[in-house]
Amino acid sequence: MAHEVEVNIPRPARRRRQGWATAALLAPAYGWLLLAVFLPLCAMLFFSFLKTSPLPGRPLFYTVNNYLAFINRPYLFDVAWTSIRIGLWTTGLCAVIGLPAALALARATSGRSKHVLFLLIILPFWTNGLVRVFSWTMVLREGGLLDYALHLVIPGAPAFSLLYSFPAIIIGLVHAYLPYMILTCYLSASAIEDGYVEAARSLGARTPVVFWKILLPLSLPGLISGSILIFVPVIGSFMEPRILGGRIGVTMGTVIEDQFTAAFNWPLGAALSFIMLAVVLVIFAASARVLRAGGALQ
Amino acid sequence: MIALGRAFLAATLVFLYLPIAVMVAMAFNASPLYTLPLEPTFHWFGVLAQNGPLLAATSNSLVLALATAVIATAVGTLASLALNRRSFRGQSLLKVLLLPPIAIPWLITGTAMLLFFFWTGIGRGLHAMLIGHVALAIPYVVLIVGAGMQNLRAELEEAAMSLGSTPLHAFFAITLPLLAPSIVAALLFAFAVSLDQFVVSYFLATPGVSTLPVEIYTSIRKGFTPEINAISAIFLGVSAVLVLVFAQLSNLGGNRDRR
Repeated sequence: MAHEVEVNIPRPARRRRQGWATAALLAPAYGWLLLAVFLPLCAMLFFSFLKTSPLPGRPLFYTVNNYLAFINRPYLFDVAWTSIRIGLWTTGLCAVIGLPAALALARATSGRSKHVLFLLIILPFWTNGLVRVFSWTMVLREGGLLDYALHLVIPGAPAFSLLYSFPAIIIGLVHAYLPYMILTCYLSASAIEDGYVEAARSLGARTPVVFWKILLPLSLPGLISGSILIFVPVIGSFMEPRILGGRIGVTMGTVIEDQFTAAFNWPLGAALSFIMLAVVLVIFAASARVLRAGGALQ
Repeated sequence: MIALGRAFLAATLVFLYLPIAVMVAMAFNASPLYTLPLEPTFHWFGVLAQNGPLLAATSNSLVLALATAVIATAVGTLASLALNRRSFRGQSLLKVLLLPPIAIPWLITGTAMLLFFFWTGIGRGLHAMLIGHVALAIPYVVLIVGAGMQNLRAELEEAAMSLGSTPLHAFFAITLPLLAPSIVAALLFAFAVSLDQFVVSYFLATPGVSTLPVEIYTSIRKGFTPEINAISAIFLGVSAVLVLVFAQLSNLGGNRDRR
């Protein structure tokens, strides 16, 4: 029988066969990732040191100027600062809304309603992000839903529009990334044992004290991993700032997009992408322990 | 405190669903400028049916999502088997290598793919998008199927093999059927990842060949009519159904143990 045949093969040979089988199982997936993610990232690193995009038959010129762009083109500094401000505001607001919502979901609901609410919170996540951002333009624009509601309450009020402003970008991004924060905080919050809260209450602690001394510290891993999961993609966002910010929505993301789609300065775009990637890696490295504790990494 | 918590949760849900509700409502609103009050009409669905490029992009999206789901699930399930059922050197490194496609902003991944595909002659278009989408979906498939495999006890396969079944037969007779819900969940997730993917598609699209999200982005920048809302409303329904099925299969939310 097959099994006995296996046993009769000498051990090193069997191990070698197992090794080949493992490699065969892994090869398609990792080969694919190599082709589509890792080699392209290497190519981008190479491009970022070129003077111009390589053309067939032309000699290559190497330069580090693309990395000095922040010195050569001072406006990039403002752009980077805008991106960081957008990242901080979005992450902060997601924390302020997401943590209480997660605590409420974990502690103030139960059974079937908890299950349904959980699904309701992650459902928007699966609808197209572009469509959600575009929907905000219909809410925030002059004559949009907010303006309309305002005029129902105060008939003579002047026309009101939030569109193409910094707050509009933040609203759109908070909406897009809030479910991340609720999810990660929910994982932490639902692990908090009722006993701690009851003990504090029986010792006379009021709600704010319970929050600051018990719920917040114990939710911290979720809060931090949520913040990282939000901050990283937000500083790379370009679609939301473009649609909701209009002319003021110039971020690192939109500048990089322009280098690739409009200016055709791929080496500069590659260098800016790599600077952003470096920032992302630093954030991940600095927070690896927290992320692991929060369960975001395996 | 409980009442306060519930009120806060309700307010959060209103915020999350406000733009979605507006989008659906505007799909049925007569005004092409999205002005209120609402005048109900099905007009935009008719306009949508006449819009060739938009329908072509939609069918591209569906084909791409289907192909991505099938390939990523097959390839990812194999890798998941190796990562969860075997032990070898470099295993934890390989697990870490699954994270970059998820964790690096898509803007960076997308532009890197554009550079590399253009440079190597792979070029842009649907095939390039397929390569990109599958790569983005593989890590999710490995994680979802891996989670299912951890709930499945290895003893079951070992029992089959000790009763004389070959590893291959044990896999098809025991592992695969028990793993089926996770595999279907992974399939749906990969489908959804591809269907909603905009950034990578955007950099790999050519003027003639795009997907629905890319087409929507282009239209938004040009200024467009509510037929986009109409097709978005249809897609919203599709996505919602997918998520509900996914949630049912993958035991999301955690309080519905199948054991």
